[in-house]
Amino acid sequence: MKYKSQAVAKPYFVFALILFVGQIVFGLILGTQYVIGDFLFPAIPFNVARMVHTNLLIVWLLFGFMGATYYLVPEESQRELHSPLLAWVLFWVFAAAGTLTIIGYLAVPYAKLAEITGNHLLPTMGREFLEQPTITKIGIVVVALGFLYNVGLTVLKGRKTVVNIVLMTGLVGLAVFFLFAFYNPSALTLDKYFWWWVVHLWVEGVWELILASILAFVLIKTTGVDREVIEKWLYVIIAMALISGIIGTGHHYFYIGAPEYWLWLGSVFSALEPLPFFMMMLFAINMVRRRRRNHPNRAATTWAIGCAVMAFLGAGVWGFLHTLAPVNYYTHGSQLTAAHGHLAFFGAYAMIVMAIISYAMPLMRGRVANNAQAQKLEIASCWLMSIGMLLITLFLTGAGVHQVMLQRWPESGEALAFMATHDALAGWFWARLAAGGLFTLGLIAYLVSFFVPQREVAPTEDAEAQTAAA
Amino acid sequence: MSERFTKSMARNIYYGGSAFFILLFLGLTFDTVTALPERDNRDQLTEEVARGKEVWEVNNCVGCHSLMGEGAYFAPELANVFDRRGGADEATFKTYLKGWMMAQPIPAPGRRKMPQFHLTDQEINDLAEFLIWTSRIDDNNWPPNIEG
Repeated sequence: MKYKSQAVAKPYFVFALILFVGQIVFGLILGTQYVIGDFLFPAIPFNVARMVHTNLLIVWLLFGFMGATYYLVPEESQRELHSPLLAWVLFWVFAAAGTLTIIGYLAVPYAKLAEITGNHLLPTMGREFLEQPTITKIGIVVVALGFLYNVGLTVLKGRKTVVNIVLMTGLVGLAVFFLFAFYNPSALTLDKYFWWWVVHLWVEGVWELILASILAFVLIKTTGVDREVIEKWLYVIIAMALISGIIGTGHHYFYIGAPEYWLWLGSVFSALEPLPFFMMMLFAINMVRRRRRNHPNRAATTWAIGCAVMAFLGAGVWGFLHTLAPVNYYTHGSQLTAAHGHLAFFGAYAMIVMAIISYAMPLMRGRVANNAQAQKLEIASCWLMSIGMLLITLFLTGAGVHQVMLQRWPESGEALAFMATHDALAGWFWARLAAGGLFTLGLIAYLVSFFVPQREVAPTEDAEAQTAAA
Repeated sequence: MSERFTKSMARNIYYGGSAFFILLFLGLTFDTVTALPERDNRDQLTEEVARGKEVWEVNNCVGCHSLMGEGAYFAPELANVFDRRGGADEATFKTYLKGWMMAQPIPAPGRRKMPQFHLTDQEINDLAEFLIWTSRIDDNNWPPNIEG
């Protein structure tokens, strides 16, 4: 760690991981409710558990992105953060708002929460992923503005690198597109059309900029490959991400009431969306192969490559599987969507946050890297979580294909009803729950790896020389 | 990547490509927004339909159900429930929906549970109007069959 103010990243990372644990607990509850329908009912109905599961995901990733930004922006800018105090204040504001919102979800019926928070004044609630009370959404905007002001000034006053600029572009885009969460017209299709400006233009647009820049930073630090080379790759990746992804939004416009030309535009452009992820995978593998130093933090490199590979599989391959309009006609809103969602979010976004945590956390705790024992456990946990999530994805894919065969493909009259279909899919859902258990074991191993005693290992001379050179 | 392909070329593709596709997307958005009122029968979007959408939202229906394929996948698709359970007849559907909402949660052990939302008669009527209006949106003939 070169600048003292980078240390504000630490609470963000710690809180992100706490929320991650919560997300997985609720994931297990949901997985159980898929097979035992009345599990925990009426205390925690499925819709509440799902809202907690997805909202925790979004919020812990945002904490992760903010932590990553606070860590890498001072280092890239070669100066201290504009205001570490503001970063701390915003941390507590965001953590309190997030915690209160989750408590609200769990403590009172959702309609009551809407009433208490005055949703009728500016109705924004009750839409997938945007379930937060309007007041929480306003809080998110305030936190985002303060955050952008803080890191923006740091970037402006310091050295401007490509990593910094791309990261800032992604973060500004994140904030700007979130504003569409406040637009909720009565006309359903119009609502859905712009809802995707938050959801798609986040995860298949500006978040890819954030992902690629964090990945580039970790690779610069751990491989020692020339910045010029890495920056060129970075530009190519994000160029392809936006060129394919912006019109690629059209793959969500097939069957929600938008005009027919989206069937063509959405299919063609979203079929290109795997390309940036493919490039990202080549990029990560290539840079590690051409590394100029053996950074002692092997775990961070494992996460970085794992992230690129799993993102390609989840976002690229599993996205492509059902992105063409004629295929999507049958798979839209089936378990295949869930399969893709899980692997894409984990591979692209959960893993990049764990990559930067893996790189930065030891440095913030006063060492270049954790000792061999801790790293071994961390790397094992990376594999366990990745295999667990791959299995979840494969079982959900099986469920999705089976669902389409029973419920979607046959003619009306011959097709099985939704509930009967889901009864027939129970085997897949049990297997998915078991895979969720495996994932949870990985998560536990990951958390334990932070507490492996470090006393016997001091950074090697080699490592110290490298940090000095970095 | 080859030496002849320079960083500034990559940067120009990024800026140029993004700018071009953002403008194209804005143009298409303008066209879509203009075309929507006809496709979703905006003239039939009554007060009841608008209130029904709010009932749908403040009870987080999308947390279990999907609507035109979007939402959760735990409970049936509802954009065509008017056709499936109401036989595309408004009076039949409203009677059905009222009975359904009153009966929740259905006491069958192990079955997926829908909570009791304590909706008023007017809220149930608004919700029905919203679902009827939604079923008539031209969504390129989705879903493939009545089961959604």
